[in-house]
Amino acid sequence: MLKLERVTKVYKVGTFGGKELTAVRDVSFELQPGEVVSLIGESGSGKTTVGKMILRLTPITGGAITFDGVDVSRLKRGRVKGYYRQVQGVFQDPFSSYNPIFKADRVFSMLRGAYFRQLSSAEWERKLHASIEAVSLDPAQVLHKYPHQLSGGQLQRLLIARALLLDIKYLVADEIISMLDASTRIDVLNLLGDLKARGLGVLFITHDLSLGHYISDRTMILRKGVVVELGPTASVFGNPQHRYTKLLLDSVPQLHTKWNGDGVLESYAVADDEAGVNGGSPALVEVEPGHFFAAEES
Amino acid sequence: MSVKVDNLRVYYRTLRGDVQAVDGVSFAVADGEIMGLAGESGCGKSTLGKSLIRMDSRMRRVDGSVRLDDAELPIDDTRAMNKHRFKDVSIVPQYAMSALTPTRKVGKIIQELLESRGVRFAMIRPELERRLSLVGLSHDVLGMYPIELSGGMKQRTVMVLSTLLNPALLIADEITSALDVSSQKAVAETLVEFRDRGYVKSMIVITHDLAILYQVADTILVMYAGKLAEKAPAEVIIDSPLHPYTQLLISSLPEVGVTYEEKRLTGIPGRPPPLLNPPTGCRFRDRCPFAFDKCVDEPPFVEVEPNHSVACWKVF
Repeated sequence: MLKLERVTKVYKVGTFGGKELTAVRDVSFELQPGEVVSLIGESGSGKTTVGKMILRLTPITGGAITFDGVDVSRLKRGRVKGYYRQVQGVFQDPFSSYNPIFKADRVFSMLRGAYFRQLSSAEWERKLHASIEAVSLDPAQVLHKYPHQLSGGQLQRLLIARALLLDIKYLVADEIISMLDASTRIDVLNLLGDLKARGLGVLFITHDLSLGHYISDRTMILRKGVVVELGPTASVFGNPQHRYTKLLLDSVPQLHTKWNGDGVLESYAVADDEAGVNGGSPALVEVEPGHFFAAEES
Repeated sequence: MSVKVDNLRVYYRTLRGDVQAVDGVSFAVADGEIMGLAGESGCGKSTLGKSLIRMDSRMRRVDGSVRLDDAELPIDDTRAMNKHRFKDVSIVPQYAMSALTPTRKVGKIIQELLESRGVRFAMIRPELERRLSLVGLSHDVLGMYPIELSGGMKQRTVMVLSTLLNPALLIADEITSALDVSSQKAVAETLVEFRDRGYVKSMIVITHDLAILYQVADTILVMYAGKLAEKAPAEVIIDSPLHPYTQLLISSLPEVGVTYEEKRLTGIPGRPPPLLNPPTGCRFRDRCPFAFDKCVDEPPFVEVEPNHSVACWKVF
């Protein structure tokens, strides 16, 4: 189990780091194997920072992240490798995740150098092909190609295949489909669903509510670094409690229902609304089993 | 008839040959109409939008014409287009954050732009302030530097600025893509409001997001690989599309309310053909589940029902 307890991240900004910016404040949740949790937030909400802290790409300022009871941020060198064997990430832009000078399959040979030195070439080949086939790609079509010869969907699936080679238990998927075209993004999303059925825990970070609703078991809404609502996807979307969640749901463009006819000024007022954002982190109140929201001070 | 594009072909010159990004496109946008232009990346929708206002040096018009209110637009003559830009044809670019000069105050930028068109700033200032307050901005922004405004505020400022001279045609290229959901709604509603108030006569809204177009557009034009696939009123495109590409595209979009467990959506296998030496015949043929032997010929773009045109042999 991957568990976050009151995790906080403060960035030093400004000249000589003279100012502080709290990107994430007191975020707590847990991720079980075989479930997809969506972390939904707008730009600047700190959702990517949460993913980066789990992957140890940025140190945490406060709180603790534990993996099966072990504090992740205190791992020593050898143990870090063991952690990455089980927790991996895939990021937004498939084109900048690869070095364009080398062939795309270099990500696999680098992995082999770090983790699978003892495997014979034939064994490695078999393992590699199995994992590429697991993400519904044809090894003959994607191996020995340069990144520009492959589509964004293929590149993104290769990165997932790379993660799968490591018998991972958890995957941090940070906006992995927002750069993909509409006709191919759903296939990558379905792949996450298949992996979930095989026992993988996925933290699905997104700004798109409909994608989050499609794939996730639980949903967490993040605003300015604070969790405002957390619960089973059906109850967060079906019975939203926090004003901000309702606002987001009202603003999502739907394919078969038109927006309510608010005037332009009201919509801008809603978009600019900063109410309820203050330094504190309001306590979470449980409304239904497992469904929490941050009660606002009125 | 406000805007009429006839058999427009715009190619990119490259060392390896011409990239046929817009290949024989014809359509018309009526006065007061918002036309949505949808398609995936690389389908030529942005090239089409750009060629209506400013072609860059790699772009070349091979064929076709653009008429605006019965006068031909000299789209491939950058100098001659100058007198139409901003007054007759205007654009709201995608990255409004980088559209404003960082070293000038917003008011100064607007003043210089107006005076370059021979319009006195003082004359138009009251109208400018009225329009700024319409989008929820105080006129203090005129005295600020762009860095003092948030991304959404810059986007609004640029929208007001672009439409200040009441252009006949406004091109909005992916203007909601970089915004958060709540600002997206407000910006999209502003487009409709500007049309309703007559600030802009006709509008072409370019986006890959069909859901946004359903909210704001009167008609939707779907492009695929440089060619027109389907054009119809927004409701018809979303609820009863005829072209297989439009059908598959819409059925692959998740909505709030659809879940993986209950209804598994599928994507479209394959990828669009390269536009450098594109294949002959229907360009969607390789990915189309309904393709048959007739598809090796190129389907014409034909009106099959009133206001509903489509390019597919299966439909005729």
